[in-house]
Amino acid sequence: MLQNYLPVAVFLGVALALGLILLGLGMLLGRGRKDAEKLSAYECGFEAFEDTRMKFDVRYYLVAILFIVFDLEIAFLFPWAVSLDALGLSGLIAMTVFFAVLVVGFIYEWKKGALEWD
Amino acid sequence: MSNELVQFLSVVAPEAIVGTGICVVLLAGLFAGDRARDATYLLSMVTLVAAAWVTGSAAPNGSLTGGAFVVDSLSVVLKMFAYAAVAAVLVYARAYLVGRRMDRSEFHLLVLFALLGIMVMVSAGSFLVMYLGLETLSLALYAMVAVERDAPMGAEAAIKYFVLGAIASGCLLYGISLIYGATGALNFTDVAAALQTTTGARPLAAAVGIGFLVVGIAFKFGAVPFHTWLPDVYQGAPACTTLFVATVPKIAAFSLALRMLGDGLDVLASDWRFLLGAVAIVSVVVGNLIAIAQTSIRRMLAYSTVGHVGFILLGFASGGAEGINAALFYTLVYIVMTMAAFGLVILLSPAGQEADAFDDLRGLNQRSPWFAFLMLLVMVSMIGVPPLAGFWAKWWVLSALLDAGQLSLAIVAVLFSVVGAFYYLRVIWLMYFEPPAMTGARMAPELDLRLLLSVNALLVLGLGVFPGNLLRLCARALGAVSG
Repeated sequence: MLQNYLPVAVFLGVALALGLILLGLGMLLGRGRKDAEKLSAYECGFEAFEDTRMKFDVRYYLVAILFIVFDLEIAFLFPWAVSLDALGLSGLIAMTVFFAVLVVGFIYEWKKGALEWD
Repeated sequence: MSNELVQFLSVVAPEAIVGTGICVVLLAGLFAGDRARDATYLLSMVTLVAAAWVTGSAAPNGSLTGGAFVVDSLSVVLKMFAYAAVAAVLVYARAYLVGRRMDRSEFHLLVLFALLGIMVMVSAGSFLVMYLGLETLSLALYAMVAVERDAPMGAEAAIKYFVLGAIASGCLLYGISLIYGATGALNFTDVAAALQTTTGARPLAAAVGIGFLVVGIAFKFGAVPFHTWLPDVYQGAPACTTLFVATVPKIAAFSLALRMLGDGLDVLASDWRFLLGAVAIVSVVVGNLIAIAQTSIRRMLAYSTVGHVGFILLGFASGGAEGINAALFYTLVYIVMTMAAFGLVILLSPAGQEADAFDDLRGLNQRSPWFAFLMLLVMVSMIGVPPLAGFWAKWWVLSALLDAGQLSLAIVAVLFSVVGAFYYLRVIWLMYFEPPAMTGARMAPELDLRLLLSVNALLVLGLGVFPGNLLRLCARALGAVSG
């Protein structure tokens, strides 16, 4: 029963070791030229500490949503590509339909100017 | 092509056609621009006709993925009715959209998206497919309310609708998860079978789940106390959206209630009948009382909708095939009546403005006797006076209630229908016995709008004089569903 969990234990061990090794290598071999920018917390594009009730550009959301849509598409594609042997022709046709719909959506967003920042 | 795919397509052919139509309308709206203004309108109509043809010619039995998606006589009848209603909405909206700063192709697109959602809901055989259709419908509706982008009222209504609708969807989903926890099934037939075999104590989780499902259903119908979005949406949205929101989604709401409660949870009918009965009778009372105080036609019609929805839910609550049959009949008649009423609101809205106050109705008889007469028919039908369709709708709900021995519910419903007569009669009084508020010229709307409104309002009379056909159609549609 317990040996079913052996892969988990191995995974945990490898993860721990890898993390320690990478951090350790960085400490040993790194030159350590630190400055204010490098030491501050990283917060993709925003100031790390400021008033939370700030305005930000509504276009940001549009880009974010579009990114998620096409990101998820890739998430669908990988398992499909791996199992295409088993899915056969109907799997191919289904994905073609999915893609056709997606392309229509892409044409729409492009033509509507959603991809242009200004 | 593989057999599997052919079989799949034969079942979802109408949905596939509407889906393809959506893509074509979307691209046409993008590339045609102002050069071909009616392109998306015509393409939408073609889509509807093609879908109706396919729906009508396919055999009314089939299912997919173990019954998660079904085609039966009920789904065929409801889909056909939805096509007709959407076509009518498009014709009404065509006249309205002229001269307004709205993207016409986007309205057509959203109507088709909503129709696709309705079709999925009507054919749903499982809780998840039902939810999928519901979200497709709801998201299209939220966008449709805000289609006039720089109108503050529309934006306000859309945000209110969106927030409340999201909460209702959440409630529904939570109810579904509880039912799934209690039965381990999502298909309606499997849930019913699982509940049938549980002996002894009634599963508590399922009973709580039913409570949440009823909340979701009441919201989508617009029943008290989940009706607060209705007046704001009816008033804030452009008239063509109001026309759509008020009518066609009720088909989906009927399917939502019937398939989830009637098919899936019939074993626990005593639970949901009580809840629906309570929601229904409060809706009849509150809707009819608050409608009296309204000074805007649209808000008045919104509260009148609440009252009508109460009657539809009373049909469900009475139990038995007869009550559900009455509810279906009431739903279809309600859609015909409301469409005519909002058709007239569209007709009264001059280019660039919205008809909303009672002043617009004042002295309509002098400006246009024919339209005043049509509105008279609709209002009298909404009161429930024979020989108009609204009378039979109320009659059958009440007789189902009496057969079920729910005398007190029937008495309250009748009393508040009489109270409701007051505000319908006030509209008639304004049209016939008050001088016109504005010195508008005689109205000369487009021919297709005039024709459609006439046919629509006369249909209320026709269904009232010959109610048998529609009633038989309802009975036949339900024959396969509720024994």
